[in-house]
Amino acid sequence: MKFWIGAAATVALAAGLALSGANEYFFYAGYVVLQFVVLATAWNILGGYAGYVNFGTAAFFGIGAYTAVLLFKAAGAPLGVQILAAACASGLLGFGTGLLTLRLRGIFFSIATVAVIFIMQTAIVNWRYVGGATGVQLLRPPAMPPFDSYTRMLFVVMAIMAVVGVCIARYIEVSRIGRGLRAIRDSEEAAECSGVPTLKLKLFACTVSGALMGAAGAPLPMYMSFLEPASSFDLNYSVSALAMPMIGGTSHWLGPVIGAILLGSVQQIVTVTISNEINVLVVGVLLVVFVVAAPDGVLGLLRKLKWFHRSFR
Amino acid sequence: MLFGILVGCFYAAVSIGLSVAFGLLDVPHVAHPALMVLGSYCTYLLGLYGWDPIVAGIALTPLFFLLGVAIYRFYYETFEKRGSDAGVRGLAFFFGLAFIIEVGLILVFGVDQRMVEADYIGKSLSLGGYRIPWRLLVAFGVALLLTAALTLYLSRTFTGRAIKAVAQDEPALRLMGANPVRIKQWAFGIATAVTALAGAMLIVVGPVEPSLDRVYIGRTFCVVVLAGLGSMTGTLLAGLILGVSESIVLTQFGASWAPAVAFGLLLVVLGIRPQGLFGR
Repeated sequence: MKFWIGAAATVALAAGLALSGANEYFFYAGYVVLQFVVLATAWNILGGYAGYVNFGTAAFFGIGAYTAVLLFKAAGAPLGVQILAAACASGLLGFGTGLLTLRLRGIFFSIATVAVIFIMQTAIVNWRYVGGATGVQLLRPPAMPPFDSYTRMLFVVMAIMAVVGVCIARYIEVSRIGRGLRAIRDSEEAAECSGVPTLKLKLFACTVSGALMGAAGAPLPMYMSFLEPASSFDLNYSVSALAMPMIGGTSHWLGPVIGAILLGSVQQIVTVTISNEINVLVVGVLLVVFVVAAPDGVLGLLRKLKWFHRSFR
Repeated sequence: MLFGILVGCFYAAVSIGLSVAFGLLDVPHVAHPALMVLGSYCTYLLGLYGWDPIVAGIALTPLFFLLGVAIYRFYYETFEKRGSDAGVRGLAFFFGLAFIIEVGLILVFGVDQRMVEADYIGKSLSLGGYRIPWRLLVAFGVALLLTAALTLYLSRTFTGRAIKAVAQDEPALRLMGANPVRIKQWAFGIATAVTALAGAMLIVVGPVEPSLDRVYIGRTFCVVVLAGLGSMTGTLLAGLILGVSESIVLTQFGASWAPAVAFGLLLVVLGIRPQGLFGR
């Protein structure tokens, strides 16, 4: 119950902010942070619960973005349709990737997901209709009535997606599926032997995770009003989506959210105040530091405090 | 075709360090290509003082050996020793390391392409109507020597055999009274030292930029997996296969499709025959 009130409050807060007179830049940066909440949560479904490290976030994200471009160019589809279609396309890609690679373990799976990024990127580079290597310029439609600007509207859309994503992740975590995935993480052989349908569960997790990543990518072309393959399939998305749950804590749905908000905000501040390169460096360094010094992330550190333990478990 | 063979040998040489680190030691060494690019930039720096790239690469090997020992020591203390969940965290660790190296290089050198000067760069050898650039021939020669040396080292010397023994059965080695950690440390050091030389060749073959490691993740892992983990002769053959198929795609479909070849081949191998051509 507490959770649902929190979820509703988050959406209401985002909508309230967007209708208020806050500075436009706030929404511009907030959008990116929320986008990373979705990506990190999606990554955690497969990476955190099942222990399969996915380096391919950028592939799903990019395919989501390009599905939106394709629909917008071909049919002028509205944003909602773009997001749904992007989720379907990336979910399909996730299913395909899973079918091909989920029989592999550990690093083999991870490297295969890197391969998916580069193959998708090459395919898009060679596809003229969606802009090829040079990218595609898009004209934003006018903003919907209650919002004064398109960025504000996208901010609210992304907030809704973040909440929906977290709800899905939480549902998976507390249901049978989550228990099965955790069993896979601890010992795949043991899980298989005790009757857990491992391949089915992994495929499901991979599909849902991919679909969420694609949905997160769908509003990107409208947000930037420009899209090109090199930046939308950037490996930086993969490392961020992996670093955020690792920093926040992978075992609880709150972990990726904390990690994404923390790291995403730091990234935004660093990008504005110092430079874009330092921002990737921050991600890398924090990832290594947390993985080495605090394997359970911020949540693991907090859990040592008693009040937290009582109120969340 | 000839071009493909030369490049293929070069691919084998850049992958051979990974073949030891990942194939024999089971370390998820995603940072290998990043270390290689680091080697290229060190070669570039020495080249500014008039060093020949190959000499510079050889001079760098002791330094990279120590670096490799340090990385493995750190990896062992923090992940392998703790045991639990080492896979996920180890992968994340090396992925993070690769990004730190890449961004570090961007911060120091900028995103521009860098290259080195040497007598054999820019000239080519005419042979029966074909023109073969000398830089490829040099890289080809060094690659062949390197592969041969490492193969002999692993099969003929005592430490080399010990490294193979660690790969086969670690508990057995422990029972024999040997220390597997020290042997692995030594092996990882060698793997990284070889990477320095590979980096030197990388900058001989063509200009280098900090983000080059991303494409080479595909190429090196493709070669190692295709070869079958830890097989040295397999590495050479797999490198050739990749080099030739890349040059075929390059001439048939154009340069924009080339980056996908290594990754596509990798996916196919992983899907059909994960143990590779010469799997153990």
